[in-house]
Amino acid sequence: MRVLMLGWEFPPFISGGLGTACYGLTRAMSEEGVDVTFVLPRAVSGDHTTHVRLIAPAAVSVKSNGRVKSMLVQQGGQIVSYHIDSLDHVTFVPVDVELSPYETEAEYAARIERLNRIRHTLSQEEMRVLETESRRTDRSICAVDSPLTGQYGRDLLAEVHRYARLVTMFAPRMEFDVIHAHDWMTFPAALAVSRMTGKPLVVHVHSTEFDRSGEHVDQRVYDIERAGMHGAAHVVAVSNLTRNLCVSRYGVDPQKVSVVYNAIDLQDSTVPTGPLTFRKGERLVLFLGRMTMQKGPDYFVAAAKKVLDKMENVTFIMAGDGDMFRRVIERAADLGIGHKILFTGFLRGDNVQKVFRMADLFVMPSVSEPFGLVPLEAMSQDVPVIISKQSGVSEVLTHVLKVDFWDINEMANKIIAVLRHAPLRETLKKHAHFEVRKFSWRDASRSCVELYERLTSRG
Amino acid sequence: MASVCFYFQVHQPYRLRRYSVFDADPYYFDDYKNAEICRKVATKCYLPGNRLMLDLIQRHKGRFRVSYSISGVAVDQFLEYCPEVIDSFRALVNTGCVELLGETYYHSLSFLYSREEFRHQVNSHKAKMQEVFGYQPRVFRNTELIYNNDLAHYVQDMGYAGILAEGADYILGYRSPNFLYRPLGADRIKLLLKNYRLSDDIAFRFSNRGWSEWPLTAEKFGRWVNEVNGNGFVVNLFMDYETLGEHQWEDTGIFDFMSKLPEVILEHSDNDFLRLSESVDRYEASGTLDVPHMVSWADMERDLSAWLGNSMQSNALHEIYRLERQIKEKGDPMLLHDWRRLQTSDHFYYMCTKWFSDGDVHKYFNPYDSPYDSYINFMNVLDNIRQRLRH
Repeated sequence: MRVLMLGWEFPPFISGGLGTACYGLTRAMSEEGVDVTFVLPRAVSGDHTTHVRLIAPAAVSVKSNGRVKSMLVQQGGQIVSYHIDSLDHVTFVPVDVELSPYETEAEYAARIERLNRIRHTLSQEEMRVLETESRRTDRSICAVDSPLTGQYGRDLLAEVHRYARLVTMFAPRMEFDVIHAHDWMTFPAALAVSRMTGKPLVVHVHSTEFDRSGEHVDQRVYDIERAGMHGAAHVVAVSNLTRNLCVSRYGVDPQKVSVVYNAIDLQDSTVPTGPLTFRKGERLVLFLGRMTMQKGPDYFVAAAKKVLDKMENVTFIMAGDGDMFRRVIERAADLGIGHKILFTGFLRGDNVQKVFRMADLFVMPSVSEPFGLVPLEAMSQDVPVIISKQSGVSEVLTHVLKVDFWDINEMANKIIAVLRHAPLRETLKKHAHFEVRKFSWRDASRSCVELYERLTSRG
Repeated sequence: MASVCFYFQVHQPYRLRRYSVFDADPYYFDDYKNAEICRKVATKCYLPGNRLMLDLIQRHKGRFRVSYSISGVAVDQFLEYCPEVIDSFRALVNTGCVELLGETYYHSLSFLYSREEFRHQVNSHKAKMQEVFGYQPRVFRNTELIYNNDLAHYVQDMGYAGILAEGADYILGYRSPNFLYRPLGADRIKLLLKNYRLSDDIAFRFSNRGWSEWPLTAEKFGRWVNEVNGNGFVVNLFMDYETLGEHQWEDTGIFDFMSKLPEVILEHSDNDFLRLSESVDRYEASGTLDVPHMVSWADMERDLSAWLGNSMQSNALHEIYRLERQIKEKGDPMLLHDWRRLQTSDHFYYMCTKWFSDGDVHKYFNPYDSPYDSYINFMNVLDNIRQRLRH
């Protein structure tokens, strides 16, 4: 089986669940001997690119698990494709587009403007130095070369279509049996390739416009999602919650939508485990996720206030970045609990592990969460978990506490209970330890491969 | 000779309301839901069940007999929410063919934690049976058929002539539950064991279409009972009364089955029906049974793990009994009553995580989505009890 995968982010540049899922699924497929051509949009910069970070690519350079084995480079230095050490069956094809999976229209516009500003402030000579430097230090995924000379779409939608155009320029010449595309930004490209080659398309829905934007849906995004789901031979949803959205909001034939739950790789953790003490006698409650409406950080702060009315020795950590960042800080200050909430910004790699090891409890108060991988991570780190009932992962987890995201009294009630009662923590941990092992990427990958086989054998 | 002894357990706990850490009032119980459930079960089970039993007793001119154990908290709730249930039990008791067993008033696990409390609850249950039904229990059954040598000994000293236990394979070995036994070290009390195969054929398997014996008819069941002839004295069919109409819905044909069964059993002249104390009086113990460890009728394990299987359960139980001395010294009757109603075993059963992942068990009128929620709720209530102790 050969798959053309239109995916997102690979370690170490993972900024959220979508990248983690693409990586986990692809790695498992590679281990099962499935050949994957992984088309990777290569955004230069994350959400908060600054001038400084951009010209210091070492700060974001590649780690060991992404070591490049071989690379095919075109004249002019453009990388055509490359292989990574541990993924024998995967060929990466980077595409220079300024897409990153969680960006909104406005964020995209702001970022492109910043990029252009940099271009204008740098002299020709500086540009040349920067490009050479970046090529020398960065041996793989995050080349900073061409973006500075590329032509980006004037808005996000235009960039999505530019991506589709770029992909259709090379993809039809490649060999594959099935196309698998992750989330809406890749759908136009996937649909075009599917039409040109006649190969069946699977679209994988990790989140919908309704999850991201509530009821203020961007009609253009919705249309792309809808076209992708309808044009696909099959739709994979990350939960029944999402599957129901595909059916009810997008009018997709229920027969055509399957659920494949996300998973977690437990053997990944090479770092030391075991609890770390944050401060003696002080309990730590963790929020980890983007600070956007979807993730409900404001409910977390409101619940924190309620908890602090009852208990003193508790600190709350909010790890993550996003458009609500400032509002959340201000809210905490208004409630007079600013000193009890630590904001870390976006955490990566070891720091994520570390904050889990310090935490007595992880809370995911998402307003809308198609799946929700972080609770699985927390469980794998022996941290008790509270999740909102409005999350896909809530369908499959039993050894966690569940609340309605809006019910801050109940959220606080449960936070206090976990902090107060050791037997509750122990029972949760003990069972979660086993439960989290039910979720394997190998199973998810097998479900996808079975699906491919069904679609390709149809003739 | 095969004497069929039916014993039905009648119990409804005082379910707790949602009690958050932010609640401060001393009202813990969900009166609305408790009333609703009582009335619902009364309509589906207790009232039609009692009508049927009365009819059977009359139809068979007193040859059909049956025993019940009704917890004190169930009686209290019937009196409050559906007194007609009490009336129908009175009518049954007045036939002389119905026996009432002794148990702990609060359907509690007190024997495991406090003998003093256990004795008190057994005695208040006895007083309640006398007061409401004019009946003096002679045979004892502990909560969920929890049993060991020690209990038999203790209950014998409280004046009971018989005691019930699960006929679990691991306590019986090669022996049969169809005889009476003498508990080790207690020679004034007889042990009656549940025939769990035949009991569970009715209680659990009756409507199971995947079961090779489905559908279970009275004739078929009668044949199985007749097979005991020559191999035992008694067939002890112990089960929850809610089996009739609630666990097995009316449309499964359970009432028709029960209605037919006595005449099929009595067709064979060697068979009869006995109340449990009659069985104790008529039959000699066939041997001594040593049960050093606790056995119960719950789940596959037939042990205490349904109430004490995880650290939340043992913590909650430990914490509630830790308050005993202070509560009793405080002398506040309402506080004492609340504390006792919190001892009802169901509260701890809801905290069971054993089969929770499979999502099937312990669901019967379980007011909680998860065992964790039930523990949190319980501990919040207990915290309020502690506050009241301080004031």
